[in-house]
Amino acid sequence: MIDMSESEKPVCLNSYIRLCAVVFLVVLCTTSAMIATSFSHLGDGWTLKVAIILAIAVVNAFLVAGYLMHLLSEKKLIYTVLAFTVFFFIGLMGLTVWATNGFPPGTANH
Amino acid sequence: MEIPYTVHNRPDTGIYNAKVGIWLFLASEVMLFGGLFSAYILLRVGAEPGMWPHGWLNVTLGTVNTILLALSAITTLLAWAACKVREFGKFKFFHGCTILLALTFLGIKSYEYHDKLNHYEVALVNGKFADGHLVNKSADFDLAKKTGTVTLHGHIVEDRKELMDLRSPEAQAAKHDDITIAATDIKKMGNYGPAHNTFTAIYFTLTGLHALHILGGTLVIFYFWGPGSRMWKTDPERFTNRIEVSGLFWHFVDLVWIFLFPVLYLT
Repeated sequence: MIDMSESEKPVCLNSYIRLCAVVFLVVLCTTSAMIATSFSHLGDGWTLKVAIILAIAVVNAFLVAGYLMHLLSEKKLIYTVLAFTVFFFIGLMGLTVWATNGFPPGTANH
Repeated sequence: MEIPYTVHNRPDTGIYNAKVGIWLFLASEVMLFGGLFSAYILLRVGAEPGMWPHGWLNVTLGTVNTILLALSAITTLLAWAACKVREFGKFKFFHGCTILLALTFLGIKSYEYHDKLNHYEVALVNGKFADGHLVNKSADFDLAKKTGTVTLHGHIVEDRKELMDLRSPEAQAAKHDDITIAATDIKKMGNYGPAHNTFTAIYFTLTGLHALHILGGTLVIFYFWGPGSRMWKTDPERFTNRIEVSGLFWHFVDLVWIFLFPVLYLT
């Protein structure tokens, strides 16, 4: 059996329109949820709100990447490229957070 | 000479070359924006308590732009699907919608930039701060020579920290009026441009780079919608692949905005 990515399969325009309508509605809902969270009174500071808002943004991003970019059914090579990207992206963010307070001696007073 | 694997998949990768190319390019773009997002984290974490701004950006306009980009991502996908089912008229319609949505996004972004560049913070010699949008500068206004007056529509606060959280009850209750200030009363005056503070610096950098991507993507999509669509008559398969590749770039631009909007407007 030939392994086909989503973009190689036969396309039905009407089914794509239905898919897009569902994705758009979910994006509207998640965007509303982010705004509601932002203006809500959760916790004392922003930490909890930022965590919830970013979690909702990740759901949003999954929808766009998974369905609109067909990442849910792509070829192994694309996944390999993305795996490397994720690895280096996590490294970039991790090193940044790790180095947040790592000032060389004598260069910062806090 | 014909370029190989522009239509058919390479036997080793299972994908046509342009698709491998765009995914490698998008991987490099992730690192580019990732670097800027990590700069944002450093600036935010490093800000003194109470000095990181909240509520400085217009959430309504940001939400409208989010919806516009989501819609444009959908019309891009439908344009590609229309090519796949050989409906060129629908392709033209959907891609035309994408161009209009993208231009509207850029128009709103320009309005937001203009609003920030017209918004001034004035440090007064008495230690207070005036903050508001520029209404008028007198003809002889010169801050260096200390001549003339400037009129802002805004309010005056005792402490600069009061200008940081515009969602606070105090900021919401503040009454905004036209304030005329003599140049002799001004210690320092500057707009909310990139040089204002670290928030505006990273805001203009991130959204400016994103807007450049939108502009570039729009030009490419316009080319495929207009003169580039001639390829449809000679090589529809290759043209469809071009639409898929440009669509992948457009979805990536949408993905970046999905994180920019909450990070800058909502938190």
